Amino acid sequence: MLGRLLALAALVVLSLLILYPALWMVSTSLKPDSQVFAYPPRWIPDPVMWGNYARAWASAPFTRYAINSLFYAVTVTFGTVLSCSLAAYGFSKLRFPGRDFLFVVMLSTMMIPGLVTLVPQYVLFSKLGWINTYLPLIVPSFFAGAFFTFLLRQYFLGIPNELLEAARVDGANELWIWARVVLPLATPALATVAIFTFDGAWNDYVNPLLYLNDERLYTLQVGLASFRSANDTQWQLLMAASVLVLLPVVLLFFVFQKYFIEGASLTGSVKG
Amino acid sequence: MSRAAPVHPPRRGLKARHREALWGYLFIAPWLIGFLCFVLGPMLFSLYASFTNYDITSRFDWVGVRNYVQLLTQDTRFWTALYNTAYYAVFAVPLGIATGLLIATLLNQEVRGQRLFRTIFFLPKVLTGVAVLLLWLWVFNPQVGLINTALYRLGVNENNLPLWFGDPAWSKPALIIMSMWAAAGGFMFYLAALRGVPRDLYESAQIDGASPWRQFWAVTVPLISPVIFFKLITGISGALQFWSESLILTKGGPSDSTLFYGLYIWQTAFTDLRMGYASAMAWILLLITLAITGLQLWFSKRWVHYEGEVR
Repeated sequence: MLGRLLALAALVVLSLLILYPALWMVSTSLKPDSQVFAYPPRWIPDPVMWGNYARAWASAPFTRYAINSLFYAVTVTFGTVLSCSLAAYGFSKLRFPGRDFLFVVMLSTMMIPGLVTLVPQYVLFSKLGWINTYLPLIVPSFFAGAFFTFLLRQYFLGIPNELLEAARVDGANELWIWARVVLPLATPALATVAIFTFDGAWNDYVNPLLYLNDERLYTLQVGLASFRSANDTQWQLLMAASVLVLLPVVLLFFVFQKYFIEGASLTGSVKG
Repeated sequence: MSRAAPVHPPRRGLKARHREALWGYLFIAPWLIGFLCFVLGPMLFSLYASFTNYDITSRFDWVGVRNYVQLLTQDTRFWTALYNTAYYAVFAVPLGIATGLLIATLLNQEVRGQRLFRTIFFLPKVLTGVAVLLLWLWVFNPQVGLINTALYRLGVNENNLPLWFGDPAWSKPALIIMSMWAAAGGFMFYLAALRGVPRDLYESAQIDGASPWRQFWAVTVPLISPVIFFKLITGISGALQFWSESLILTKGGPSDSTLFYGLYIWQTAFTDLRMGYASAMAWILLLITLAITGLQLWFSKRWVHYEGEVR
């Protein structure tokens, strides 16, 4: 009993430590200029400046950036789910010479640092004339990354082969089985992949920074980073803009919480 | 891997098997093409470029091992970057695992409000990106930041407060504190594993008079060691590639104290346009990663305990 009380107390303290910076961000975003650096710091602004949000949004072309970010994240999510589920089906439900070897090759690519391919990929895309377009950010996602392919394969292995065999006897081809039998049964795993991909693309900073120089193509992340230096750091506006940038992901989390958490434990308990 | 399972009834003919193989190649074609175009091809190019003075515009001359020799013998910033990266990995990885494990252990105690706590502790996994990094900049502000205000209240003398990102001695610890906050979101991995530990093992340990601490080390850790091992492998390989945070927060400063390996590659390649030199650095990183992973796999035989080894 004492142990449980101690655990509860520890959890309360730890969760306050986790929440502290996030709440501070929201609090600062609602402060008038004069209270941002007030000492002792105050948590409840007086007056509450809701207008900071509109001011922050108007201080840079954030609407444009938001549309770009949304386009990037949605396209990459679509490409990843499509290509990874195709490859995962091939690796889990079809037999062909060299499959096990290729699967090991795929697994081993997960250990290659992204920094090794960063330079040559940049060279490739610049030779193709793709700099300052969304192609370098989007196209690779249609070619099945190893990690999510592996994750989906693990899930597909749990789908009984009898279902597939029955469809084959009825004359269905593999594409039809993939689309009509396997994908519907794998919705939770597909949702996990989709959410994590969207989250990753929405928060990606390095790739857009590298490939997009034209300000009209900026995503929210790049826009937010440049906002800091451009405006001599007005913290209350910066925090308001930050809250707005985080909002879609936080909403996504609350709506699809189940899949987020399922996905996290799925990626942790993988067995080869 | 499911190689032993009889996937298809044996009566299917040769033709059907050919057709199945063809479908198989079609389905994995996106991955295979992507592997050749975005992984294998680039890697070979990078390996070749590392032996040249490639600078993206004109020069692409073979210089042999000059880049490697220069990195290892003359480039002090290379060693600084390597040291900073090792420093970060040595502290951030174990502390991150301890944080996640601590939270998971506490949550495994059947406390009230499980759902609420889980949501809160998962937030760091969700709150990422530039917005949160800028928040940290504010948290670590020496004058008005949350941490120094708290330290001051706890009685730390005003002149002894750390300057965090303003002081080479404190900039890396600041990043490590940030990483622990982020690692809290990893508790799910351990919680899933902890739930799988049979209760009766604890009961018999209690009968033997084992303290909770002893139970943790003798029962819990061995049984969840595969998860810890997985997090160790991925954590170290991730820590070796930790750098984009420093690109946004510190640009490598003050005095190169947050010049991480990846940041140095980034600057060498895209600011100085010394692509050949950067490629040599990338290949050294690949070799280090492979060596460390190999060592861990070798050591793991001594401490990682796979319960279902034969099943």
